[in-house]
Amino acid sequence: MSDRIFGLVGLLLSIGYAWAALAIQESFLSDAVGPKAFPLIIATVLGLASLAIIIRPDASPEWPSLVRFLEVGAAILVMVLYAMFLPELGFVVATALAATYLTWRLGTRPLSSVVSGCLTSAGIYVVFHLVLGLSLAKGPFGF
Amino acid sequence: METLSSLADGFAIALTWQNLLLALLGCFLGTMMGALPGLGPSNGVAILIPLAFTLGLGATPSLILLTSVYYGAMYGGRISSILLNIPGDEPAMMTCLDGYPMAKAGRAGEALALSGIASFVGAFIATWGLILLAPQLVKIALLFGPAEYFALFTLAFATLGGVASTNQAKTAFAAAIGIGLATVGVDTQTGVPRFTFGEVHLYDGIDFLVAIVGLFALSEVFLFLEHRHGNSDASGHKVSIGRLMPSFALLKYCTPTMLRTSLLGFVAGVLPGAGASLGSFISYTMEKRLVDKEGTFGTGDPRGVAAPEAGNNAAAGGALVPMLALGVPGSGTTAVLLAVLLALNITPGPLLFSQQPDVVWGLIAALFIANFMLLAMNIPMIGLFTRVLLIPPRILMPIVAMVSFVGIYGISGSSFDLQVMIAFGVLGWILRKLDVPLVPIILGTLLGNAMENNLRRAITIDNGNWWTLIDSPLAIGLWTLAFIGFVLPIVFGRILKARMHMKRDDESSTVD
Repeated sequence: MSDRIFGLVGLLLSIGYAWAALAIQESFLSDAVGPKAFPLIIATVLGLASLAIIIRPDASPEWPSLVRFLEVGAAILVMVLYAMFLPELGFVVATALAATYLTWRLGTRPLSSVVSGCLTSAGIYVVFHLVLGLSLAKGPFGF
Repeated sequence: METLSSLADGFAIALTWQNLLLALLGCFLGTMMGALPGLGPSNGVAILIPLAFTLGLGATPSLILLTSVYYGAMYGGRISSILLNIPGDEPAMMTCLDGYPMAKAGRAGEALALSGIASFVGAFIATWGLILLAPQLVKIALLFGPAEYFALFTLAFATLGGVASTNQAKTAFAAAIGIGLATVGVDTQTGVPRFTFGEVHLYDGIDFLVAIVGLFALSEVFLFLEHRHGNSDASGHKVSIGRLMPSFALLKYCTPTMLRTSLLGFVAGVLPGAGASLGSFISYTMEKRLVDKEGTFGTGDPRGVAAPEAGNNAAAGGALVPMLALGVPGSGTTAVLLAVLLALNITPGPLLFSQQPDVVWGLIAALFIANFMLLAMNIPMIGLFTRVLLIPPRILMPIVAMVSFVGIYGISGSSFDLQVMIAFGVLGWILRKLDVPLVPIILGTLLGNAMENNLRRAITIDNGNWWTLIDSPLAIGLWTLAFIGFVLPIVFGRILKARMHMKRDDESSTVD
C-alpha cells in the first residue's frame, strides 16, 4: 500500500514536472533541442517508473508508530528552528541547545544530555573555529 | 616507463608535510567512520566534503584527505563485523560470516590482523590496477563524442542499482528525481530560468553538496531517532582481542586466497554497477567454491575472513578507475567523491589525465601512502578503534548532525541552505523507508547537467537529427550494455540480494 501511494505521488510529480517544463519561456536564440526536451524525457522516465511502482508494489515497510512519528517530526522542527535562529543566537548557544535535545531524545538522561550537548558544541567550536579557522555564525555574544 | 615517471612525480606532490598529515588524518577518521555502525564510507565522505571545501584546501590536498577516508572506511568496516557480528558498513557484511566465529573462538586479534593484511593486499593490488588500467581507458574515452557520452551516462544510471537491485523501477525513479533536480536553475545553453518558480535562491540551481549531506548524513540521524536506537551495540559485549599477530604459516595459507580475491574484487569494482559490496560477496562465494573442501567456511575459517576483505578493498580501488578516467562513478562512494571533484571545479574524465596530471598522480601516490599508513594503523592500534565501538549513537548522532550543519553553513553562510538540507534529510529518510536507493539521486544531481549538455551538443552538431545518438558502433555498444545492465537485475536481482543480505541488518540503502 505504501508503494502505491508513493507511486501515485511520483506520478503527480512527473505530471507537474512535465507541465512546468512545457511552461518554460523559450529564448528566441535557441539550440536545436531547446530547454524543454530533456526535462520532458526525464518526466517520462519518472512517470513510467512511478507507474511500474504502482503496478508492482513491494511489501510495505514497517512504519513507526504514531509516537515515533511525532518524535521524528519534533526533531525536524528542532532542526528547522536551529537553522532559523542560528544567526540570531550564535553558533555555540544554538548548537548546544539542538545537540542537547537530540541527545536527550536518543535516550540519554536529561542531565547527561545537557553536559553532552554543551561539550559537543564547545568541541565543534574549538576544532572548527579556533583550530581550523572556519567562520561560524556569530551571535550577540560574539560566538 | 612513462607511467612510472608520472608516478614518481605524483610521489613528489604527495610527500609534503601537509599532504602526509591530511592522509594520516583521513586514514584515522576513515577507519573510525568505517568501524562505527551507522556511518559508512559514503556518509563519512559526505560530511567531510563541505569541510574540506570551506577550509580552502587545494584540489590535490582535498582529494588526498577524502580518498584516505574512503580507503580507511573500507578497512574500518571489518572491526565491528568481527567483534560484534554487526557490519560497520555494507561491504563488511560478508566478513561477519567467518570473522565473528573466529572471534568467538578467542581468535579475534588474529582475525583483525589477518583482515587488515588482506585489506592491504587488496587495496595495494587495486591501486596498481588503477595505474595500469586508467590510462588505457582514457585512450578509449578520447574516442567518445557527445553522443557516446550521453550513452555512457545512461549506462551509468542503468547499472547503478547494481546486479543486486531488487526493484529497478525505484532505481529509475531515483535517477529521474536526481536529474530533475539538476535541471532546476538557469539553463546553461539558452539562459532561460527553469523550474525556479520565481525564487531567486534557485537560479543557481540546487547545490549538490547540500543535497548529499542531507540525504546521507541527516537521514541517518532520523533513522536512529525513529528506532530510538541510542545505545552502543558493543555495550554488554566483552571485547577481548587475544593474540594480535597471525602466524607466518597462517598468512602463507591465506596468500593464494588474498591474491585471487584481490583480482576478482578489482574487476568487480571497475565494472559499472558492482561496487565494493558485490566485490566482497563474489570474492567470498568464489573462494568458498574453490577451496572450501572440508566445509569450514562459515565456522571461522581464516580464508573466509581474508577473502571478503581483500575483495572489498580491491573493489574500492577498482571503482576509482571509471570515476577518474571517464568521470562516471560506478558506486555510491565514488559518486560522492565525484561531488568533491565537481565542487573543486575539476571535471574528471580523459582530459583530467592530460590537463591536470598532478591531481591524478598525486592522488594515486597518496593512495599508496595511505594504504601503508592504514596497515600500520590497523594492526598495532586496533585496540583504539575497538574502543570507538563503545561510543553510543545517542552521543554520536547529534555530533554527526551538528557537523553536517557546520559544513553546509560554512559554504554559504545561509540559513536557507540549512533548511533545504533538512528537507533533503526528511526526503532521504522517507525514501530509505521505502527502499528507494539514494545513490542514483546523488549521481543525477551531479551528472544531470553534463548529460543534458552532451545530448544537446550531439543533436545540434547533427542539425537536429535525434538518430545521431545511435549512429556509431561505440554508442550502440554502450546502449546495449545499458539495456542489459538494466534488465538483468530484474531477472537475477532478487535471488542475489536474498543471498547477500541473509546476514545483514536493515542498515542502509546508501550502498557501499
